Amino acid sequence: MIVSFEVNGEQVTARMTHPGSLLDMLRDDLGLPGSKSACEQGECGSCSVILDGELVCSCLVMAADVEGSSIITVEGVAPRDALHPVQDALLDAGAVQCGFCTPGIVVAAVDLFANNPSPSVSEIKEALAGNICRCTGYGAILRALEGVARGDDS
Amino acid sequence: MTARTVRRTTTHEGGVGQSPARPDGVPKLRGEFEYAQDLKADEMLWAATVRSPHARARIVSIDIAPALAVGGVHACLTADDVPGRAHFGLEHPDQPVLAGDRVNYWGEPVAIVAAEDARTARTAASLVEVVYEPLAPLTDPELADRKDEVFRRLRIRRGDQAARGPVVVEGYYEVGMQDQAPLGTEAGLAIPDGEGGVDLFATSQFVHVDQEQVVASLGLRPGQVRAHPTGIGGAFGAREDVNLHIHLCMLALHTGRPVKMAYHRSESFTGHVHRHPAWLRYRHEADLDGRLVRVEARVVLDGGAYASTTSAVLANACYFVVGPYRCESVAVDGVGARTNNPPCGAMRGFGAVQVCFAHETQMDRLAQALGMDPLLLRELNALERGDPMPTTGQVIETPLPTREVIRSLQAMPLPDDPLGLDPGGLPGGSGLTTEQREVKRGVGYAFGIKNLGFSEGFDDYSQARVRLTAHGAVVETAAIEVGQGLVTVLAQIARSALGITSVEVVHVDTSKIDSAGSTSASRQTQLSGGATLEAATRLRERVLSHFAGDDLDESGVWRGEELIARWPEIGDQEWVETATFRHPPTTAPDENGQGVIHADFAVAGHRAVVDVDVELGLVKVIRIDTVQDVGFAINPSSVRGQIEGGILQGVGLAIMEELVLADGVILNPTFTDYLLPTILDAPDVEALLIEQEGSWGPFGAKGVGEPPTISSTAAVVAAIRAASGKELNRVPVRPQDIALP
Repeated sequence: MIVSFEVNGEQVTARMTHPGSLLDMLRDDLGLPGSKSACEQGECGSCSVILDGELVCSCLVMAADVEGSSIITVEGVAPRDALHPVQDALLDAGAVQCGFCTPGIVVAAVDLFANNPSPSVSEIKEALAGNICRCTGYGAILRALEGVARGDDS
Repeated sequence: MTARTVRRTTTHEGGVGQSPARPDGVPKLRGEFEYAQDLKADEMLWAATVRSPHARARIVSIDIAPALAVGGVHACLTADDVPGRAHFGLEHPDQPVLAGDRVNYWGEPVAIVAAEDARTARTAASLVEVVYEPLAPLTDPELADRKDEVFRRLRIRRGDQAARGPVVVEGYYEVGMQDQAPLGTEAGLAIPDGEGGVDLFATSQFVHVDQEQVVASLGLRPGQVRAHPTGIGGAFGAREDVNLHIHLCMLALHTGRPVKMAYHRSESFTGHVHRHPAWLRYRHEADLDGRLVRVEARVVLDGGAYASTTSAVLANACYFVVGPYRCESVAVDGVGARTNNPPCGAMRGFGAVQVCFAHETQMDRLAQALGMDPLLLRELNALERGDPMPTTGQVIETPLPTREVIRSLQAMPLPDDPLGLDPGGLPGGSGLTTEQREVKRGVGYAFGIKNLGFSEGFDDYSQARVRLTAHGAVVETAAIEVGQGLVTVLAQIARSALGITSVEVVHVDTSKIDSAGSTSASRQTQLSGGATLEAATRLRERVLSHFAGDDLDESGVWRGEELIARWPEIGDQEWVETATFRHPPTTAPDENGQGVIHADFAVAGHRAVVDVDVELGLVKVIRIDTVQDVGFAINPSSVRGQIEGGILQGVGLAIMEELVLADGVILNPTFTDYLLPTILDAPDVEALLIEQEGSWGPFGAKGVGEPPTISSTAAVVAAIRAASGKELNRVPVRPQDIALP
């Protein structure tokens, strides 16, 4: 099966031997392991990507369904030599521990601020409700994103 | 906050007491950090595990031919193929590498398969034909006790056993089975070295014991197996035991190819040990002034099918049965039962969590029986430095600011905000099921004590090596970074000790350095931090004495105002120091459970504020305030991270997290059914750190990872009790426990 689509601004073609999820295709066939596999059922958000402008769990999207689509993964939220303001804020707030949920948190937060540059606390919580973090207790994540919402310089 | 202990005066950029950004932060934020799940090698095969569908059965036959017949399958191995010791285990090697003639728990590994890709491996694994004769599983730990199916019994008797008090409170408590649920599942890669040996890169908290167990079961010489620290997505105790490590090495050596395995989430729930469920009977006796006169307890933990660390968890539960309180007459009988339930072992808090729920409920009930303020009762009985442990008699020689923790927590401001108008903030959450008039607010307190470092005479040490290069300093260690921030802390310690900023922490494999011990028991900051401090201090002294200098910094060695050796020149020579750090020795318990059992202690307290929908039994934890004894906060931001994360795991145990079993089978091994707290469940947290000099950790630091999890559960339940008026003798508290009469 051959699927052609755009990922992080580049046109790619993936040849898959088995039907599988977008997550598997990104990780195994396209060399983009930043999206993490932690629950395989859309509960934890570790595999979050932006698909044609929509935040999705890539483990729940069939690879074949992204033909002609445009996808942004954690590897593509910022240019190679820079961090997205969300990444900067999470780093400064101490919001990264084991980091396994972090790519999903980054993508979900980037999606949030793309659609709503100054979200309220409850809007931030609602936007991140699909991302499970087992290490931080979410406090540092929330403080970081509140700072981004206020436009703090990090 | 009280005075800090700082052994050196250097306040260096990125040194101790600051919160520099973690070195792995940017790679993790960019998705570039390499976890065990992400490892790859040329010619790599994928492995899968055949697991028992029965909690107890005799294996009649295993036919691997159907699996081998699948195209792309390279190997299918069973118990007969284990080249060396057939069993493994952290404390007692009692668990089969692969089940031979019987299986003893649901999900026990029976065979392993390696194939060209993961899908083929799993397909082939499903085709292995195992004929079982199912047997009735033993799932009741009390029955196991009566049948003498136990891993350990521990009997503690201290003081006058005839002592009696006029005020008596009895209670019975249960704690459900919690899972660590680290976001990264078990994964690893084994690469054969072509000479009969193997390199293992797998999720771990303690690579040196993994290596020992692999060596034994593969029948190799120690030098033939190198276990490498690798990127890990959380641990919380789940990675102390071997799971896929021996399997991967067997398949790699058998096929001569690199072999990779990554558990799926549901497999992860059976592939690692869990927090022990507990059944606890208590009797507290006090005099009329509220002084504890006697505490009796019976502690039953279900260890499941194999030993893992049940002996040590049981011991900890028994030793901390009274909590951070003085008592001169104590009797404890503990049992770690062997059943056909899933094996239980280490999880953050390690036995102290279970008993804390019980002893704190007892203290609240005792206060009620005495007509006394529950915090005053605790203060009156507070265990402090210089006191004997109520259970073991060990005199506490490091600071234990229990009274200050109690007073400071009480003094923290309580929120006076009324219930919010946002229905999403009510206990029913975004389901909008809660009516505001059904909501009651409750406040509850709890306090806990935890040992730091390994206990009972274990030779607990860590080795670290510090090396100067032309670019700065490198700290070499095998201490596992699970996310807690050890890589940052070790670099900070080296910076402060050396006086230079450019420090890198490098993980090296088991052949290149001695053990750092386990990343557990809140011990790495103290143990590996201690080793790093010692190595770095010696190195600095050697450099300065060699050059007759008196200071070292980024430019080189200074004497007074004169730069006498430039940095690249210093780094060109071989400057390296290796240090092994041991904590004060401990002893095994005597026949009454007495002895110098523990190396150090920390105390913490939590105050929970909860809103409860008493009609529907729903709980929203609004806020948790905490005070924690940390010795010295080497990295305040990381300490806060441990506190907030540990508290939320305690909240999880209080109101939602439980592996539900039926006849030994886990009914909810998915993230859909095993509920974990989300950002909507997370309370606001305010933390106060108490810093006191006197611990043996570097710069007086104490371990901080576990105390946040000890008493947060008990505090939440106390608050739910205050709101609902229900007894609530079991965690997690379920909606029906609150809503039904």
